Amino acid sequence: MDLYSILREFADSWMLLFLTLFFVGVFVWVMRPGSTRQYKDTADIPFRHENKPAADDDTVARYEEVRS
Amino acid sequence: MWDYLKLVILGVIAVLAAIAANYARDVAYLVNALTVMAAAAITFVVVLRGMDEDKSIDTSEYMDGVVRAGVIATAFWGVVGFAAGTFIAFQLAFPALNFEWAQGYANFGRLRPLHTSAVIFAFGGNALLASSFYVVQRTSAARLWGGNLAWFVFWGFQLVIVLAATGYLLGATQGKEYAEPEWYVDWWLTIVWVAYLAVFLGTIIKRKEPHIYVANWFYLSFIVTVAMLHLVNNLSIPVSIFGSKSVQVFAGVQDAMTQWWYGHNAVGFFLTAGFLGMMYYFVPKQAERPVYSYKLSIIHFWALIFLYIWAGPHHLHYTALPDWASTLGMVFSIMLWMPSWGGMINGLMTLSGAWDKLRTDPVIRMMVISVGFYGMSTFEGPMMSIKAVNSLSHYTDWTIGHVHSGALGWNGMITFGALYFLVPKLWNKERLYSLSMVSWHFWLATIGIVLYASAMWVTGIMEGLMWREVDAQGFLVNSFADTVAAKFPMYVVRGLGGVLFLAGAVIMCINLWKTVTSVEGKSPAAVPAPAE
Repeated sequence: MDLYSILREFADSWMLLFLTLFFVGVFVWVMRPGSTRQYKDTADIPFRHENKPAADDDTVARYEEVRS
Repeated sequence: MWDYLKLVILGVIAVLAAIAANYARDVAYLVNALTVMAAAAITFVVVLRGMDEDKSIDTSEYMDGVVRAGVIATAFWGVVGFAAGTFIAFQLAFPALNFEWAQGYANFGRLRPLHTSAVIFAFGGNALLASSFYVVQRTSAARLWGGNLAWFVFWGFQLVIVLAATGYLLGATQGKEYAEPEWYVDWWLTIVWVAYLAVFLGTIIKRKEPHIYVANWFYLSFIVTVAMLHLVNNLSIPVSIFGSKSVQVFAGVQDAMTQWWYGHNAVGFFLTAGFLGMMYYFVPKQAERPVYSYKLSIIHFWALIFLYIWAGPHHLHYTALPDWASTLGMVFSIMLWMPSWGGMINGLMTLSGAWDKLRTDPVIRMMVISVGFYGMSTFEGPMMSIKAVNSLSHYTDWTIGHVHSGALGWNGMITFGALYFLVPKLWNKERLYSLSMVSWHFWLATIGIVLYASAMWVTGIMEGLMWREVDAQGFLVNSFADTVAAKFPMYVVRGLGGVLFLAGAVIMCINLWKTVTSVEGKSPAAVPAPAE
């Protein structure tokens, strides 16, 4: 088989399956338990650090806050 | 040391450009080579004069100089692009405006790509550059990565605009819609774009927030996808390194499909994904409440980028393109309606509980109507991609009306809203100079778009019906010139709509200028204490 046909067959089968599962997976992943609380924090990002970058020690605290 | 290297590079570029100008085979190439030479010389002087300055970077501050420059460039190119568009609209209504003395330079065919590139890439592109640099810093809580690389991106992009614009007037074009610039401008844009990606990604990598805010996802997909589209659609071989002409690698229907894969995704990723990044930051900021649903924003993102990339073939219905490909494009275009409206709902519902702001704040009104236009044009687009509808609408001015309700309504209005938000922040002012001028801008722009879009609906459907009208014997009833004559009143209305939209933009420029020059500065007490 020539390269085009090989790629075409792959695109029509396994790649299509992979992309579809990835796409459906996004919906499932977004709805995972505990996501609401985490996204609440994420959605607030624009309201922090309006005027200055975070200092280095802030970062560690923020990571721990999100994880807890 | 680095400065010496820069001087050497700039010197070499200036000399090479001078040699290129000397051997130039056509006028466009000559003018572009001289422009590059002048740009290299000016940059040389700037670098030379700054040699002994202190180059240390204060990482405890955001890098806002380049954002301010981007805001000024956005407003400037906006007015230039709108003026060019208004002028060519009147050229269509009154052909005498294709002046005899400017024949071959300032007629419709030469000015039309100047208008489209000026509004999409110069106005829209600078808005994306400036807002992405602003947003990525605030949402990453980190200064822009790469020091002055951001300035290189800004000035490099302005050079692309100037080279492209002068090239169009003098006849350098690949003849590919929205990808007209010739090979050397394409190469230069590639370098600038890689630097842009490096600055943006570098800032995200050194972010101080654990999560990457959704606006940055949209901006990043815009930068990466535009790079891919640009490279594939501009595969061409120059006829001579001393001439502007190049030959495409693809030919025939493959070339057409590549072009519209590029063309539609330029709309999808440049004018949609990038501007959605603006929406997801500026609408919550102006409404002072977080985005309605963060989950929906993630689904919006993935659904949009999964579906948009397939929609291009709907530009080639009933052509040499295989039927399966245009059907695929149509089906994906229709599916695209869902994520688009999901995003619109997410943007509009961000105001839930703050709808009263619509009455008091003309800036939020501007952002809301822009999201409304996004919803309208993302309904109209899928509808027009249906083959039966397309057989009527294709090649008519309905298409132009659709593009403008998206570009003026969605891209224009969200950019104006972002500019009104950014200018007081960037120049550290208490408020805008005049809110009633914002209201004037809002109404002039809105009425302008309504005149434009409705005129194009009427004239587009009319000419589509006239083209397909046959008499009892099966002969076509109308000649092409009959349709042109019938379109005259609508062309005048469209031009007037453009005048209103342009007037609004001029009012905005005056307002922003007065905000910077005559509004009192923000008092230091107003600076909020750092969070936690």
